[in-house]
Amino acid sequence: MGKTVLLIEDEQNIIEAVSFILSRDGWEVKTHANGQNAMEAVRAREPDVVILDVMLPGKSGFDILSEIRAEARFERLPVLMLSARGQAKDVEMAKRAGADRYMTKPFSNAEVLDAVRALVPS
Amino acid sequence: MAEPGMAGTRIRQRRLVAGLKQAELAEAAGISPSYLNLIEHNRRRIGGRTLLQIAEALGVEPATLTEGVESELLAALQEAAGDAEADDDLGHDAPELDRIEEFVGRFPGWAGRLADLGRKRDALERTVKALSERLAHDPELSATLHEVISAVTSIRSTASILAETRELEPEWQMRFHRNINEDGARLAEGAEALMRYLEAAPEAGAEVTSPQDEMHAFLERHGFHFPQLEGWGAESRIESMLGQVENRAARALSRAALTQYLEDARALPRDDMQAALDAHGLAPDAIAHATGKSLAQVFRRLATLPEDMVGPVGLIVVDGAGALILRKTVMGFTTPRSGAGCALWPLYEVLGQPGRPVQAALLQGDLRVCAMAVAEETVPASFASPPLMRAYMLILPEPRGTDRAQARPVGVTCRICPIAGCAARRERSVLRDAL
Repeated sequence: MGKTVLLIEDEQNIIEAVSFILSRDGWEVKTHANGQNAMEAVRAREPDVVILDVMLPGKSGFDILSEIRAEARFERLPVLMLSARGQAKDVEMAKRAGADRYMTKPFSNAEVLDAVRALVPS
Repeated sequence: MAEPGMAGTRIRQRRLVAGLKQAELAEAAGISPSYLNLIEHNRRRIGGRTLLQIAEALGVEPATLTEGVESELLAALQEAAGDAEADDDLGHDAPELDRIEEFVGRFPGWAGRLADLGRKRDALERTVKALSERLAHDPELSATLHEVISAVTSIRSTASILAETRELEPEWQMRFHRNINEDGARLAEGAEALMRYLEAAPEAGAEVTSPQDEMHAFLERHGFHFPQLEGWGAESRIESMLGQVENRAARALSRAALTQYLEDARALPRDDMQAALDAHGLAPDAIAHATGKSLAQVFRRLATLPEDMVGPVGLIVVDGAGALILRKTVMGFTTPRSGAGCALWPLYEVLGQPGRPVQAALLQGDLRVCAMAVAEETVPASFASPPLMRAYMLILPEPRGTDRAQARPVGVTCRICPIAGCAARRERSVLRDAL
């Protein structure tokens, strides 16, 4: 069984595309489509890596990341953030919130795959 | 058109009307004819004792010689000159600020045009700023862009899968085709919404003149006096009067100003004000005491009565943050169009002591005025929020016989203020050489 990615993203078609690429690469993909219960999903799925959208309904990706980092067992959980905003201050904010990688939409499939692979070396 | 606004030009006109020769007026004013000649051609600045003597010799109020567009034009040109100085790298010579009056006097048309251009440039800068802010913070634009970027992301990712995956199961193929179709429609909608948004931008043209500027233009057109709002049934007239104000935000500001006018006119009817003026003269504190109304209300009322009843009465109003919200200028006392004025104005002194008025003789350039200031609470404090304040400063002609040494030198804003070594200075003056 491959390692687990938790994809927290509210756009259904992006979920399908990213899930497809990662699955084909051997990852087990779990998804969660809103901000509100994202932390519960992290606890329940215990993923090896999280792909986290910034603009989510209910709660921002930055807040979710802070919650993730606040729990000792997820302190080092690799998190890749996805956002439509690519300004330097957004990247800075993501780093400060504890993101391991920050990627701007639209991204290429190869970029996402490379980033996830780099975050969780096999 | 040439603006006959310069003091020298006015003196010349008055002298000719009075049938005096240059030498006669010079003698009466105690100056040399050649000096008067320079003054009349706006090559020497006039003020202080010389102005008073010439005015006396001509039998006119000194203010009639200096009041008006001149100081505003000078201030506008000084602003424009300052900005030219900021663009040093353009390689132009610095504007000859020491000859600015001569320039206005000799080339009033050019000077007016230059001042207009400066104002327009300022207005454009404000528009650019407003539009940038709008692009950065407008939630509607942000939501639309988010939609568009989401659709593009999905299309890009899905299209790559379709193009690059060998042996894609028909079920997946169909699903991804459907997704691309959906996202394509979403993208088209988003693009259309963006176009609508950008086409709606001409509304931003209204920001070329700020709503506050438009409200002031409206009030100035009426001399700040609205006889229609004196007397009964006046509320119903407010809306029709607002028809003259185009911009919606400016209309809201003007509505608030007229509503305040109505309230003040009710509290202090014109006849009562006339009686109070007859009894006490232009003494706002005595009028407030006699009528039982607040000093701020008496200030507002005095500033909106016709000039033939009260003489020149100016009023400057700021909010608790010190930002100008109303300016009725008289006698050439100059204020900035927005933002904050000179920190030495008593207006700012009273913000910290609501209800306790301050009176001071002010010297702005060569102009001496009497300023009276008072602050009042407009929204009382609660445990959750502080009181909201407004400060008022009435500008009146200086009473005769005041001890001249006591006037407080003040400016307009630091940028165009020549006062050296001022502790209240916020930024460097563009007037390197004091006027």
